[in-house]
Amino acid sequence: MANASVAPDKRSELNLDKQRTSGIRRFFKQIDLQLMVIPALVFIFIFSYIPMYGILIAFQDYKLGSSFISSNWVGLKHFTYFFNSPEFPVVMKNTIVISLLKFIFGFPAPILLALMLNEVRKMVFKRVIQTVTYLPHFLSWVVIGSMVTSMLSVDNGSINMLLEKLHIINEPINFLSLSEYFWGILVTTNVWKEIGFASIVYLAAIAGVDPHLYEAAAMDGASRFKQVYLITLPSIIPVVIIFMILAIGNLVNAGFEDILILASNPALREVSDSVDVYVVRVGIDNFRYSYATAIGLFKAVVSVSLLTFANFVSRKAGSSLW
Amino acid sequence: MIRSNIGDRIFIVFIYIFLTLLAFSAFYPFWNSLVISFNEGMDTSKGGVTFWPRQFTLENYKVVFEDSRLMNGFVIAILRTVIGTVSSIFATSIFAYGMSKRELMGRKYYMIMCIITMYFGGGLIPSYMLLRNLGLFNSFWVFIIPALVGVWNMIIFRTFFQGLPQGLEESAKIDGSGNWGIFFRIIVPLSGPVIATLSLFTAVNHWNEWFVASIYITKEELMPIQTILRQILFSNIASEQLANVDASSIAHINAAKKITSKSLTMATVMVATIPIICVYPFLQRFFVKGVLVGSLKE
Repeated sequence: MANASVAPDKRSELNLDKQRTSGIRRFFKQIDLQLMVIPALVFIFIFSYIPMYGILIAFQDYKLGSSFISSNWVGLKHFTYFFNSPEFPVVMKNTIVISLLKFIFGFPAPILLALMLNEVRKMVFKRVIQTVTYLPHFLSWVVIGSMVTSMLSVDNGSINMLLEKLHIINEPINFLSLSEYFWGILVTTNVWKEIGFASIVYLAAIAGVDPHLYEAAAMDGASRFKQVYLITLPSIIPVVIIFMILAIGNLVNAGFEDILILASNPALREVSDSVDVYVVRVGIDNFRYSYATAIGLFKAVVSVSLLTFANFVSRKAGSSLW
Repeated sequence: MIRSNIGDRIFIVFIYIFLTLLAFSAFYPFWNSLVISFNEGMDTSKGGVTFWPRQFTLENYKVVFEDSRLMNGFVIAILRTVIGTVSSIFATSIFAYGMSKRELMGRKYYMIMCIITMYFGGGLIPSYMLLRNLGLFNSFWVFIIPALVGVWNMIIFRTFFQGLPQGLEESAKIDGSGNWGIFFRIIVPLSGPVIATLSLFTAVNHWNEWFVASIYITKEELMPIQTILRQILFSNIASEQLANVDASSIAHINAAKKITSKSLTMATVMVATIPIICVYPFLQRFFVKGVLVGSLKE
């Protein structure tokens, strides 16, 4: 490389020189570097940006095999159709309720786990607990779905057996076909799957807390619980806030795989159809591409606005609170 | 403070009990599935099989390993995971190395281009149509190609590369190495932990992914095991709910062999899970660090 062995003090001179040479020449001077990047960017363009162009079909009556240009433009027809459809309130309600429930239960759970794990002084115990609670994160939703189905099954599923032995219920309940249990099962399974893994970040944040603070607090007679409440928790609040913002931006995503797996029973549609699941069903299974794209676009717009809003709020809070 | 007061002790005991229960609840479903997979199917359906197999048998696994469809799915999943992980880590790390160089022209615009894709996409249907048009429908490459370059992984790699000591690269440059030479001879050997972490995550994603195959693949010989498992699960749920045994083809084939769909599903679950269970504890110390590298950037 020509500029490789240049001494640091000569760099500024060289930079001025570079500015004079045309951009194209500079580009070809670092062509090896550009060749590391450009293929990947082309790739991203194809697989991420070309589908964005496909959004246009939301405003068309697109049929498979016809081209974008020749399809009829129909304006907002698919959007109004969706907003007026009987499914709209159901799908929206489910999306909002499921994502809110996931947020309310799923967000604090790993923080609590991290706080508890931090109180454990026996390293072996801590290690074992961590390894075991990470485990579900690495299982696929299909596997988890199989396990949940087995645990909840009417014929001798462990949960039904336990509840019967404890005399809480008299006969087994078919949990996975009754709509009143679905949200609970979905949210519990989600928390169960991710609690351990999500706690890693908070544990790291806790590890960064100055140990002197605890010593000082102990001298002042603070109990262990008070130390958690008054030192550990406030110390990790900045990390908590960051993750909360990310989670808020994600609120329209009620999830997709988990619902498709756990709500295999069509009887559950009333409570399980979220926007994403509905898009798969009407779009791919029923070939209504334009309609499904319109719904997908609607969701994308909502989620981008939510993220922008969350960012805005955090910036406000960032200046006033921290 | 050596002596702790009673309140502290109660607090600690509570935490130990709670954590033990949590770990139990995380482990029990897995353990129970393992036990059921080793228990005779007809015996399992009598109930009460919890912590230990009552009628130990390898029959369930025998059926799984003799089922050409499941074994083919297992092979497809392995091929997909190996090829997908190696190619994706290779492509993404080179991309990230280029992006980590301050002198890269257009770096800022390239980065913006990447970040937009993290928040905004065409959605499922346009992607579906694109992959169809590219001829990836019913092709093994539908597993590999769309997942080749990951922006998230690129950012983690990039952060890691930027943290490496500059001096090493400069001395290599003086010795006449180009960027590619530096990447392969200096950067890659220094990046063991991050490569291990991201490889694990990528591999787990590939291994666990079932949805792509369920929409892009109709040929049976290309179905990975997770997708097949989903079909089995679906038919089991259907048969349980409709009390229609015929819905589960596997159940009636194996009725004579004392195997139930439940015991067979659990054996399949184990076959689809054990590769991961074997790998992840060894990589744990890496990925705990890896997660942090990723989260710090965000």
